[in-house]
Amino acid sequence: MTQGILRQILDYSSRANPYPLYEELRKTPVFHDGDGPYVVSTYHEIKGLLHDPRISSDARNLTPTAGDPLSQADEGGSEVLPPSFLKLDPPDHDRLRRMTNRPFGPPHSPRRVEQMRGELGGIVTGLIDTIAAKGDPNRIDLVEEFSYPFPVTVICRLLGVPPEDEARFHVWADTLAASLDPDPDADPAERAKKTEGARMELGMYLAGLIEERRKNPTGDMLSELATGQGPDGTMSTMEVLSTAALLLIAGHETTVNLITNGMLTLLRNPEHLDRLRSDPDVAVPMVEELLRFEPPVQLLPQRSTLTDIEVAGVTIPKGSSLWLILASGNRDPKRFEDPDRFDPDRPDVQHLGLGSGIHSCFGAPLARLEAALALSELARRLENPRLLEDPPPYRQNAVLRGPRHLPVAVDGIRAA
Amino acid sequence: MNGDGALEQLKREGRIVVVGASLAGLRAAETLREKGFAGELTMIGDEPYEPYDRPPLSKQVLLGMATADGTALPRRRDIDAKWRLGVPASGLDMAARRVRMADGDEVEYDRLLIATGVRARAWPNPDEAALDGVFVLRTRGDAAALERALAAGPGRVLVIGAGFTGSEIASACRERGLAVTVAERADAPLVGALGGVIGAVAAEMHRENGVDLRTGIMVTSLEGDSSGRVRAAHLSDGTTLEAEVVVVSLGAQRNTEWLTGSGLGAGPRGIACDAGCRAFDIWGIVTDDIYVAGDVARSPHALFGYQFLSLEHWGNAVAQAETAAHNMLSRSADRRPHLWVPAFWSSQFGVNIKSVGVPSMGTEIVITQGSRAERRFVGVYGYQGRVIGAVTFDQCRWLDFYEQQIERTAPFPPPYPTVDRRPEGERPLDADFPDPSVPTHGPTITLSGYSPADRRMTFTPAHN
Ligand SMILES: Cc1cc2nc3c(=O)[nH]c(=O)nc-3n(C[C@H](O)[C@H](O)[C@H](O)COP(=O)(O)OP(=O)(O)OC[C@H]3O[C@@H](n4cnc5c(N)ncnc54)[C@H](O)[C@@H]3O)c2cc1C
Repeated sequence: MTQGILRQILDYSSRANPYPLYEELRKTPVFHDGDGPYVVSTYHEIKGLLHDPRISSDARNLTPTAGDPLSQADEGGSEVLPPSFLKLDPPDHDRLRRMTNRPFGPPHSPRRVEQMRGELGGIVTGLIDTIAAKGDPNRIDLVEEFSYPFPVTVICRLLGVPPEDEARFHVWADTLAASLDPDPDADPAERAKKTEGARMELGMYLAGLIEERRKNPTGDMLSELATGQGPDGTMSTMEVLSTAALLLIAGHETTVNLITNGMLTLLRNPEHLDRLRSDPDVAVPMVEELLRFEPPVQLLPQRSTLTDIEVAGVTIPKGSSLWLILASGNRDPKRFEDPDRFDPDRPDVQHLGLGSGIHSCFGAPLARLEAALALSELARRLENPRLLEDPPPYRQNAVLRGPRHLPVAVDGIRAA
Repeated sequence: MNGDGALEQLKREGRIVVVGASLAGLRAAETLREKGFAGELTMIGDEPYEPYDRPPLSKQVLLGMATADGTALPRRRDIDAKWRLGVPASGLDMAARRVRMADGDEVEYDRLLIATGVRARAWPNPDEAALDGVFVLRTRGDAAALERALAAGPGRVLVIGAGFTGSEIASACRERGLAVTVAERADAPLVGALGGVIGAVAAEMHRENGVDLRTGIMVTSLEGDSSGRVRAAHLSDGTTLEAEVVVVSLGAQRNTEWLTGSGLGAGPRGIACDAGCRAFDIWGIVTDDIYVAGDVARSPHALFGYQFLSLEHWGNAVAQAETAAHNMLSRSADRRPHLWVPAFWSSQFGVNIKSVGVPSMGTEIVITQGSRAERRFVGVYGYQGRVIGAVTFDQCRWLDFYEQQIERTAPFPPPYPTVDRRPEGERPLDADFPDPSVPTHGPTITLSGYSPADRRMTFTPAHN
């Protein structure tokens, strides 16, 4: 195998189906070429590293090498915002994540996500109604018209971003998400400038909102992050800023792809779409299997080693850059029987789609609920949906992988 | 008939009896059906309920967040069994392959699984134990009764014994705003399972949460009022403590008395079995038709020097039951060992405590991540230069890593840097386990090399 394989994974032409490349990679569980990153592609090895305290998520522990195409694309060097907890190690990571969790999940807010169910259902219904009203059943772009606006609306409501500002958010979030992508054709300096610009504008906008919430808290996440008090104290303004930016971006890009990949998979496997239509309860195991089969985050490119460690017989030196290919681990035949088959009835689907260990997806309960609601409602209301392009056009991004558009035709749309 | 034919026949029309219809019994039964056992399955349980889950009894149930009758175990599949609930098994005839029932009935088997677990160790003085307001906590009924007593708002609760269950009870009392005293014979809570270094952290947790923790002390007697209600406890330091509710939390005793005289190697330390869950008889000869799983079992573990381990752990009961069921239906070459790495969890005072391996075998401990002062840390136990166990306080997501270190007999102290390594974690400390000859409330894990037929072992009551 050559250095070529990493290039190929990043190359746009592999976007629609990177899985054969992952299969090739798994033959060398820890792949390393020249001065590039150490690429880990097998389930048990990835899982082990996600729980390994000798692995850091803090870019300051990385020995920079020219050979890592993702290390430059990193937002770590930003001077506008301090790193979010995604890019910190304990104890700072733990403290910030705990404080962020207080208004979001158990033990302090066990019902936050569940209480949004009705509201989420309303947003889904509204979006499908809008598609129906527009009335061109021969070409619906599910991304533009549904799976993008849905999570964006949700994350804005959760944070407490006024609806009239959502459009400006899209632009910033898009730019920042694109910055995670090592587009080999883009001019790095140009990209860095654009990214910095977006961060700056987003930061200033959020700072304004946070100021407002400090004076008049309204119970949304931003208010709680800005004013919340617990055993860990209160977050500094800069910490609220970077946390809010993280939630915003993570809340945008991942769920969009989860829903879109989900519909794509169901359209390719119509028997499962039928099943979901007749039994909305299978949405829950279906989403779990989707997270295995087509995870929205394909790889984690930001880890590094604090010391020399041995993985699958290879010694990875201290300071090395690690790429953990979650999507490849999810299709490792040593872990999952018949891994390339989409099978919502799998008895033991402990996938890596949401990561594992201390950095496992913070928004997981919300993402799961959003995807389950979205897919079961689409299945119920779209009459005889058909895929118009297979594969559909993908986004450039190899890390947050998903279709840019998902054109479908339907016979009609059932009433809500 | 050759062996395979007999096995096929067993699967098709054999009779399997499970004694102990709780966690291990149920999971074994489900596994038997999953593996294609189509014969007759009988579940014998002395409790009148279908299988339920115990861990919530000392947590959610005592907090009033769940009810004791709402803890039924989720079923993995239909098991199509004959249920004989509410009547204990009272004897075993190994030669005739029969289980005797307390109501005089007999049940024949081709394969027997024993999963009778343990029961709470009672207060040694029966008259005092019978006082109103004196509780133990093992069963659904115990939990419901104790919850009612707590809900009535007693002036003070006394918990005797600060093991995991006692500590959880004290934590629940504080969460309900009740005054609570904990009396522990050892120098700190949890020392039997986790040693003195971690015990000191646990002691701070108790005190910070307003528990009146008294260590190095024994309750010598309980005193009732004229109506037979408990009103006070006398302590070994000569003091008297008034309490309306007393919870005796002195560990557990194995439910093996019903096997006395049967010839099976069953005694106070459990039922010895091989790593494949087959029971030994009193001669140390392995049986081929009697299997054991769960809290009542003692089996050798290759990773821990082939010592016989008995574990009172939820996860162990499940894994061992699955292995036993698998082996019951397998040819000898297809049998597999129960090589589960012990793992345990507890939650108290808002802190999630987990352990893997066998901490109580450790002689030294080093804090590899986090800090004891913050109540968030990973402690790694060392034994003869290798990692033998680990405990986490609110850091459980690292546990998989340490489990692997134990499995690989990694060197101790761990020579590598980790995230969140603090100065206090630079040097190993003496783990500070009490002298094993001094009984505490009874550690969660007991390691023993004694013969299973050794009936001379007697419990030394706390007031001696
Ligand atoms: C309050 C409490 C909290 C706990 N919390 C935790 C925790 O946080 N984490 C953890 O890992 N573990 C915990 N445990 C331990 C865990 O519940 C046990 O490890 C598990 O229940 C063992 O299952 P078992 O089936 O082996 O035994 P048991 O659950 O004890 O079941 C044995 C059954 O057999 C019955 N029986 C006994 N003798 C006879 C007879 N002669 N005939 C018929 N039936 C008989 C018993 O009545 C019982 O129903 C807790 C236990 C308790 C009591």
